[in-house]
Formats: sequence, C-alpha cells, structure tokens
Amino acid sequence: MLTYLAKRLAMMVPLLIGITFISFLIMHLAPGSPTDLAADLNPKMSEIAKERLTKLYGLDKPLPVQYWNWLKRLAVLDFGRSFAPDGQPVLNKIADRLPITVTINLLSLALVLVIAVPIGIYSATHRGSLFDQGTTVFVFLGFATPTFWLALLCMILFGVILGWLPISGIKSLNHDQLSAWGQLMDYARHLALPVILSAFTSLAGMSRYMRGNMLEVIRQDYITTARAKGLPERLVIYSHALRNALMPVITILGLSVPALIGGSVIFESIFAIPGMGKLFYDSVMARDYPVVMGGLVIGAVLTLVGNLLADLGYALADPRVRSS
Amino acid sequence: MRRFWGILLLCLAWGALPWPALAADNGGALVIGTIGDATSMIPMITSDSASHEMSGLVYNGLLKYDKDLNLVGDLAESWKVSDDGLTITFRLRHGVRWQDGKPYTAQDALFNWRFMVDPKTPTAYSGDYMKVKDASAPDDHTFVVHYKEPFAPGLASWTLSQMPRHLLEGKDVRASKLNRHPIGTGPYRFVRWDPGARVVLNYYENYFEGRPHISQVTYRVIPDMATMFLELKAGGLDWMSLSALQYRRQTSTAFFKKNFVKYKYLASGYTYLGYNLKDPRFADKRVRQGLSYAINKEELIKGVLLGLGQVCTGPVKPGTYWYNPKVKQYPYDPAKAKALLKAAGWEDRDGDGILDKDGRPFEFTILTNQGNAYRANTGVIIQQRLSQIGVRVKLRTVEWAAFIKEFVNKGRFEAVLLGWTITPDPDQFDIWHSSRAQPGQLNFTYYKNPELDKILVAQRRTFDREERRALLFKMQEILAEDVPYTFLYVPEALPILAARIRGVKPAPAGISYNFTDWWVPKALQKPALTR
Repeated sequence: MLTYLAKRLAMMVPLLIGITFISFLIMHLAPGSPTDLAADLNPKMSEIAKERLTKLYGLDKPLPVQYWNWLKRLAVLDFGRSFAPDGQPVLNKIADRLPITVTINLLSLALVLVIAVPIGIYSATHRGSLFDQGTTVFVFLGFATPTFWLALLCMILFGVILGWLPISGIKSLNHDQLSAWGQLMDYARHLALPVILSAFTSLAGMSRYMRGNMLEVIRQDYITTARAKGLPERLVIYSHALRNALMPVITILGLSVPALIGGSVIFESIFAIPGMGKLFYDSVMARDYPVVMGGLVIGAVLTLVGNLLADLGYALADPRVRSS
Repeated sequence: MRRFWGILLLCLAWGALPWPALAADNGGALVIGTIGDATSMIPMITSDSASHEMSGLVYNGLLKYDKDLNLVGDLAESWKVSDDGLTITFRLRHGVRWQDGKPYTAQDALFNWRFMVDPKTPTAYSGDYMKVKDASAPDDHTFVVHYKEPFAPGLASWTLSQMPRHLLEGKDVRASKLNRHPIGTGPYRFVRWDPGARVVLNYYENYFEGRPHISQVTYRVIPDMATMFLELKAGGLDWMSLSALQYRRQTSTAFFKKNFVKYKYLASGYTYLGYNLKDPRFADKRVRQGLSYAINKEELIKGVLLGLGQVCTGPVKPGTYWYNPKVKQYPYDPAKAKALLKAAGWEDRDGDGILDKDGRPFEFTILTNQGNAYRANTGVIIQQRLSQIGVRVKLRTVEWAAFIKEFVNKGRFEAVLLGWTITPDPDQFDIWHSSRAQPGQLNFTYYKNPELDKILVAQRRTFDREERRALLFKMQEILAEDVPYTFLYVPEALPILAARIRGVKPAPAGISYNFTDWWVPKALQKPALTR
C-alpha cells in the first residue's frame, strides 16, 4: 500500500508541472492583457503609463522567461502578487476566499450524500413503487430546473415574503456584535439557501446514480447466495450490497473535489458570496495572471489529491486494486 | 396702514435672519449596494468606479466639482492661474488634519505630484501630471505647479485624491497598507473591508467642513442586479442604481412609494455607433449622414432605455455649460437617408432590396462587447432600421478584452457599438485629434479633420471659459456635420434611496455631491454597527 502511495505521489509532480505549463500557455494565448482593463479606452492613460505598467508586471519579458520565473517562485510556494491595484499576495487573496467556497461545497456534498444515498437505496429496493416513481419525477425536475431561477424564487419566498432567511451574503451587518452562538446561527441562516440549492442540483444525479448501482449489485449472484443462505434482508442490503454499490460513488466524490474550489460562479454571484469561483472568474476577466495561476495550481493539486483519495478509498475497499 | 408696513417689515427682517434650516439630526447608518468590489483603496492606482466611489469619502482632492459641475476648492481654498497660463498657484486650507492626526500641508500636495509622475507608480493617470514641468511648495499652505505649456484640462486633474506623504513616501505602493486601510482627510474614516463582501466607513469627527450627519456608510458588494433588488425590497439596502426595467415596471407599487424615493438624472456617458473611416464606404460623409438619418434614436430610447434617456447630439453632456444645443441633428428620415446614400452612389440596381455600388452590396458588421444588454438590443434595432433602407447589417458580440485587443486597437472592424464616459472637463483631444488616429489609441475610427485638430489644440491652451466654450461649440458643430460616429443616446442614471434620508438635492452633478449634508431623522435611524 505504501509503495502504491509513493508511486502515485511521485507521479503527481510532473503532472502538475504539465498542467501549469499548459494553463500558462493558454492563458497568455487569450487575447487581452492585464493592462487592458486599466488602460484601454481610458483617455487619461498615456502610452508611457501603459508601457510602465507592462514593465512593472514583467510582461515585457518573453513568455518562457515569464513561465520560468513563475515556476521558480512556485518552488518556494510564492504565488506572487495579484496584478489588481491592491497588489495583494495571491495566497492571501485565495485564503480569503477559499474557506467559504469549500465550506459551502462540503456541506452541500454532505447533504447530497445523506439524502441521495438512502433515496437511491430505497428506490432500488422498492423498484416501481410510488416512492420510486415519485423520486423519478423529482429527479427530472431537479435536472430541468435552472438553479439561478430556483434561487431567485427561494430568495423571494424565504427572504422577501416570509422574511425567514437572509437573501445574500454570508453574515449580517451586525455579525460582530453577536455572541458566539449567535454568530454561528447567523452563518447557518446565511448558508441555508446556497447549500440547499446547490445540493438540490446534484441530488438528482446522485440519487439516480445510487439507485442504478444498487440495482446492479442486488442482481449479482453473491446477493442471491446471501439471501439463499437465509440472511435477513437488512443485512443483505446494508452489509453486502451497499459496500459495493458505494464504490462508484467514491469515485464521483473524488471527482467533485476540484469543484470545491472552482465553486460555482453563478451561485456565488447570485448569493453575493465572496468565494473562490467569483474571484477566479473576475481574475480571468481582468487577466490577473498570478491569481488565475494560483487558482489553477490549487485546483490542480486538489484534483490530483481528490483522485488519489478516491483511488485510495477504492484500494481500501477492494483488495484487488491494491495488489494490481 | 403704517401697522401693516410695520408687520411686513418685521416679517421680512425675520425671514432675513440667519435661522438655521430644520435642524439635521446626526447619526444612523446607510447601506449602499454596489455591483463590483473595490480593487484598492488608493484611488490613484485604480481605474474602476467602485474603488473611486468607496475611497472617495475618505479622501479629498485639491479641487472638486460642485452641483453644477464647476470646479471649486476642496483642500485648496483658492487657486490662481497666471496670465500666461503656465503656472497654477493653490492656496491650501489651514487646519486640515489627516485622520491619524498629522497635519495636511503643501508638502503632501508636492509628494502627490511626484508620486504620480514616478515611473514606479502603477497608475493610469500619469498623463496629465507629466505635462507639469515643475512643482514646488514654498510654504505649508502654498502649492505651485508650472506647466510646459498652457494646459486647461490640467486643472481638472487636481481633483484626484490626495494621499498622505508620511505613510507612502519611499514605500512600494503595491505593498502599502493604504491599499487595504486608507487614511485620508475626508468626511469618513475607514473601518473595515471584507473582500468581495463589504466596506464599512464611519464619520470622521474632525472633518474640516464639520462632521457629516450620517454616522456610518456600508457598501455591500452584490454582483447580481436581481439579488440586489431583492435585498432592497427586504430592507437590506438603502441605496442602489436601478435598471430601466426596474425603474419603470418594478418600483411603482405602494410599498416602494412609501419606503423609497426614485431619482432620475442624465448620466455622464453616451452610446454611439462608430464607423471605421479607413473603410472606403464610410469615408464618404454622405454615407455616414445617411445612416444617421436611417436610425431612429427616439425609438432606441423608447425600446432599449424604456424612455429613460435623451438623444445624443455630440460628445458633450446635454444641459451643461459646454453643451452646444444648436448643432445639426439627424431625426429619423428614411427618405433623406436613401437620397444621401444614392448621392454617394449606393442604390438598389439589381432589385434584390439591398443597396449596391460597383456591383457590391452594402453590408457590414457591427461589433460590440459582450455582457451589455443595452448595447445588444440597440444593435438589433439598428439592424432592423438599416435593413429597411437596404443596408444589410450583421451583429457580433465579443468578450471585452478580446474585443479591445483584437478588433478596436487594431482597427479591425467596420462599425462598433460602444459608449464613452463624459468627464466634467470637456477636453476631447485624445478621442478626435488626428495624431491619436493610431493603432491602440483612442481615435480608433481614424477620423481626421485639420480644422478640428486646431480647435482641439486651442481649447486645451485657454483657461478663459468663454473662449474655451466658443471653441468647444465649434468642435461640436464640426462633429455633428461630419458624423464620424452616429451619436445615439445619453441614458438616465436611476438611483433609488430609502425615503427616510433627507437633504438629497438632485443637480446636474447627480445626487451624491452633497452626501455629507444628507441626514436621517432620529426616529428613523438605523443603528450604526461595528466600530
């Protein structure tokens, strides 16, 4: 197992460098440069000022040199400073935004699992029942409803009409005056709509997925054997079948890790959440290369780690993977 | 009768006494919704409006604009331009202190100029300051600048925020704490900035014009217009800018009438259709005039802005001192449009409904930037109108950075649908002078007119307002005759404010010019939070 882990970790380094190289190249191939946002169509921007900015950002050097410099800094975990006027270190900017995005996504992932797995199991074991048919309709609704629209409806209902939940942001203006418990509740109230709504979108897919896996597993011979041996149905389903049916779900979970930081730009915009998705989107639009690269590296690392965790999970659950 | 006169006299005397107006209460908090977050709290190095708006309450310039967009003193009590127009002497206010207690002096002003021309300062605004040959601070309250040649727009450049020398000198501006924690001389002092979420400001008790009435101002960043509107409805915001649709259709209910007041004034910007004059089809003035007659501007205002705008006749804001109301106009007249195009050789010879010349049909592409629904809709209406006179138009939208870099800067377009901001100073040199008709410059339609060139240079060299106005009137006449752009419309700015706020007096400068005079009656105040 340890050699497996070491091999996987060693593989990650060249992969990561490859990813950053391609990202760097593509980003610089896109038309536009960081000075454009400040400079273009700005009558007060003189040519000299534009040249100065270009030089300050180090954009006057050839691309390979820029990439090499960037890579050298990365080796000591220096992501550089943002090109935005405040010139904040990229890591600070990301550290400001990452926790909230990860929190929302983890909570919604947890919610999805807690709801989707039982729904999937129940639908599979009661195939064709009213519940199964009901969830099928629900799933189609979940797939078909545009989330931004649903979000607005919920905001109108719970925020404006009923006044139960805040409409946007992650904390109230008076957050600092609240007690510790009050602050926690304040966060919870703000997170309720974004978490539930982002869970809703994945819920549909995940519960269907679980149902499909479960159906496939309970048709297997060993399940029939277990039943034939006279094991109680509960034990057959939850001990024998579930473990195998969950395997593909682990893979999906691993794959959802990058989404934890990519976040959802649309969600963060609608709910005015200062998260990673919005930061990344704005940085791409502003051609703020250091922040974009910082986000990409962290995203790439998380993706690789996510895949690794999924594979490790697999290996733990299935000895055949380990030995191969 | 004598008694009557006596009473009248008494009444007049009573009225003439300096009675204070209804006393304004101090206190309370105000929450303002904004689409974008600030990028830095050092306005000299930012170019986005959010940064300037949020830090604007913390800083002062040497000069500022009054309600009628005239330049008046701010940190400078007065200023004098020498007879040859080469020297400006600012007399600075006495007793002004930075919010950390240090006095504001002419050395600060001098530092600010040096900072702006320093090659290490990443600013977009150095151009105007580099025209200054030399500056000096002979004493603590006098700041003198010498220009290489008379430069009237230079005066407006002194409205830019003054930064504290003692905190910035000799430091790397991009690593400066002032980026995240501004310290100015203005009416409000900085409290906190949660990136992407909010900026909180509290009143500065020692502000040189007296404390502002409203105690706390919070800017809340809400990137989505629909969400912002819901926040307003739910009471989370006191002030936001409405879209035309929200202004017309969604805010006429009893709820809004009771709790909010809507304002409407002409925004400082205009939308235009610019032609690439290097394209032989558009080089002919009659073609541009013909197309201008074929576009129904009233219809655009009605359809796109829901009536909330005004026809644009040139690059100067209507209703201001510099605006020439008597220039040639192009009311919708398809017959005249066709006649002009025919005179230029464009007519439908093959009967396919499309005008042609030398066997080539009249068709072109209008390019505009992505993400601006007003412009996209404008393009569609123009397309339809031009098709009626036999001109086929294609529309194409491109992401902003790519649009500028690949098309506008390189002159690779036939026509563009864009907008300009109108600055209070009417200098248009960079947009119309033929020396600016170069790749990457602002005269990207390649418009060249020697007569206009002379006027653009002359208006920069005169500080005499009357004389400058006469020159700018002539400029507007030339542009209206030559129509390098078809000037389309000037939209209205549509702020909505909580009804509890008093002291708002809309003027040509908008509503926020007298923000420090705004107040909320004690009983209606929202408590100020987070000290």
